Amino acid sequence: MSSDTQTGDIMDTIREQIENNSILLYMKGSPNQPQCGFSAQTVQAVMACGERFAYVDVLSNPDIRSNLPKYANWPTFPQLWVNGELVGGCDIVMEMAESGELQTLIKETATGSEA
Amino acid sequence: MVVQQDIEARLRAALQPAHLEVVNESHMHSVPPNSETHFRVVAVSDSFDGERKVARHQRIYQLLAAQMQGPVHALALHLYTPDEWRARDEQSRQSPDCLGGSKAEGRG
Repeated sequence: MSSDTQTGDIMDTIREQIENNSILLYMKGSPNQPQCGFSAQTVQAVMACGERFAYVDVLSNPDIRSNLPKYANWPTFPQLWVNGELVGGCDIVMEMAESGELQTLIKETATGSEA
Repeated sequence: MVVQQDIEARLRAALQPAHLEVVNESHMHSVPPNSETHFRVVAVSDSFDGERKVARHQRIYQLLAAQMQGPVHALALHLYTPDEWRARDEQSRQSPDCLGGSKAEGRG
């Protein structure tokens, strides 16, 4: 298998993850054991919204870690994706949590995907 | 100081910011003394007017792509228009404490 094919496969995997999970957090570590302060703050803010969400630990998925930045045009982690769109990293998510925007977005998305 | 000055110069030229802070926070992380790996940027600029948050960040990441691919491991961005900055009483949030992930990954 050529490396181009492998990169293509990873890009497909990323696209599927983003399309199939309306609330998806790419982070370092897991929600219970985050491995980075920025990921820890972000996952806490998302958990505080009280809805189910999916996550991918990029430390245990090195292919995703190296390719998602290209896919997203966003070089760092965490990354919060909602309804197939990049919401942002730690700084944006925390600002949205402070203003209440995050809770609204997450609640609306969770309600919408159940219907 | 080289990386820090480089980041400052690039942001100043591109944004003509009303306010700019580039803080080296590397000492808060598990890296050798005097490292330039973790930075926090506060920039206030008219050029963010009408631009979504994600797009603002993407523009800065693009501007600093060489640094992000090179020495810089974390770049916290606090990007505001002058109005947003006044509404926040000219305060931005502090960075979280390090949890040592980069040590576990075996990188600086």
